[in-house]
Amino acid sequence: MDIELEATLRPPELPMAPYPPKVITLATGGKLVVRQVDREVVPTLLNAVKPTLEVSRDYYDVVGARLYAELLGWYRHRVRDEFCLVGQIDGLLVGIVNSRLYSPEVCISLHTLAIERGLRIGAHLFAAKMEYSIEYLNQDEVLITAESPIGFRRWMIEYGLEERDGQHELGGATPYALTRELYFRNKDRLVAGERPVPKELMEVAEREIIVASEEDILEKILGVKRREK
Amino acid sequence: MRPVIISGAGMIPFERRDEDSLVDMLAMASLNAMDDANLGDRPIDSVYVGNMASGLFNHQVSVASSLVDRLSLMPAAAERIENGPASGGSAIKNGYLAVASGYNDIVLVVGGEKMREVIGPKATDIVACMTHPEAEYIYGVTLPAMAGMYTRLYMEKYGVTREHLTLVAIKNQENGLLNPYAHIQMKITMEGILTHPQAHVNSPIVADPIHLYDCCPVSDGAAAVILTTVDIANELNKPLVSIDGVGQATDTQTLQERSDPTDLKAVTIASEKAFRMAGIKPKDIDVAELHDAFTILEIAESEHAGFFPKGEGAKALKAGETRIGGKLPINPSGGLKARGHPVGATGVAQIVELVWQLRGEAGERQVKKAANGFSLNFGGFGNNVLAFVLRRKS
Repeated sequence: MDIELEATLRPPELPMAPYPPKVITLATGGKLVVRQVDREVVPTLLNAVKPTLEVSRDYYDVVGARLYAELLGWYRHRVRDEFCLVGQIDGLLVGIVNSRLYSPEVCISLHTLAIERGLRIGAHLFAAKMEYSIEYLNQDEVLITAESPIGFRRWMIEYGLEERDGQHELGGATPYALTRELYFRNKDRLVAGERPVPKELMEVAEREIIVASEEDILEKILGVKRREK
Repeated sequence: MRPVIISGAGMIPFERRDEDSLVDMLAMASLNAMDDANLGDRPIDSVYVGNMASGLFNHQVSVASSLVDRLSLMPAAAERIENGPASGGSAIKNGYLAVASGYNDIVLVVGGEKMREVIGPKATDIVACMTHPEAEYIYGVTLPAMAGMYTRLYMEKYGVTREHLTLVAIKNQENGLLNPYAHIQMKITMEGILTHPQAHVNSPIVADPIHLYDCCPVSDGAAAVILTTVDIANELNKPLVSIDGVGQATDTQTLQERSDPTDLKAVTIASEKAFRMAGIKPKDIDVAELHDAFTILEIAESEHAGFFPKGEGAKALKAGETRIGGKLPINPSGGLKARGHPVGATGVAQIVELVWQLRGEAGERQVKKAANGFSLNFGGFGNNVLAFVLRRKS
């Protein structure tokens, strides 16, 4: 491969302040560690995303396919200014979110994938990436769209997002925006987490991103009684 | 009237069942009950279907006619029974009367609802159609809103706290983990939904003071029983569980017309009728299934049904008396809170659970030496209530 030519295909990168990890106490009492990951862990994350490609319920197949492509593109330096946060319980990967900076002022929310369901994992992780954009990257707003009715209820309705003209990068439905004002108005109600993460919890999370088996992932997404896909 | 025996009991897991229609679910639950009864080719005389709102949820009516065709039960008589969230209980009562009166010998009673066909707010709106159209619904009152107001009043009058409400949720979700038919299979903690400074994010306010984990989920599901005479039940060679008491009572449709809105008179009267008919007292009950659509209702119903004096239900709960292994286990199935509440199915599912408990077939959640069971199916906001006493026959 022509290394010089390949290098020219890599997009430039905007500087990003790091996202400080946090821990969220779930309804079960379990501790959800939310942290930023580097592109080096993408092959591990893809193992968790791949089983969702077959799940039509709640548009997991669409979200999974697009997230797979975005993470792979980021790993292989073909997406610009992407970041990724993961959620882990005792090291086990339970959710993935990603976004991309459109500019230093505007972020584009890409996807939210909850592997564990019924515990607001997706809602907590979505809130975390909003927190990152507004509080740590100091951006003015985040552009958001939804691919599932659940997403629409969780983001557009729960946050009261503002409708925008034009088209979201993901195409499809109307884009909406989370402004700084909207974020801080909703923060106490929707954004949880404590810092710093206790050392022992952080060590477990960083030691290994544990990915459940394909069967377990499908069972978690489809419900405990494993209905038809 | 002649004795009525429950010879068969069956249900399907309550959950979100995208791939099944309402009639599919009713048919599956019915077949489970028929198999359980060892009915063979004995003809079923009548079919009673408890269902609240198939026309609104699923754009389908005459579901009883559809069900008998699906199961090839023609020429059995078939009717849908609607009484709000007590539709299942009313269907049981009608089936009971058909056998007890001598009009029928074998009756299938099945309750079901497919609620997840619509989104949550729409489901809440459909259920709210049971409220008074001019005095309540028009002002935006929903069942969670009523439960919120009721809970606040009950807290002020009887000293019930959010900790008590949370204890109901925790207990019933723990019981649900022991029930493979329960919709919610998740253990929750006091820290996670109440005491942690950020617990409000996990369990947000729905209608102050009730929070998310004080409410039952929106579920799809169905449950069924076969009612027969003693003679036929003996031929079927099944353990004999009889319906010994049936009580029903009504109250004003609106809460504000009641002299004391915390007083669930219809629960008290329906329960008294059922106990009187069965010839036993609340203290004789070994296991109870109550209608905990909201956590406060388990506490309030446990008092109004006569198990505890007014204001003592929460204390008994906190003392562990209502846990499996306690003095009076309440909702070992997980109740509406964990098993789920497909509205038309609930009254029948409560009876199914009691049958399993009284036969000793309830698995890990079995209440030891259960001989007498009680169920309470709460329609409207306590304005049309059914109570049943079931007994195991030696």
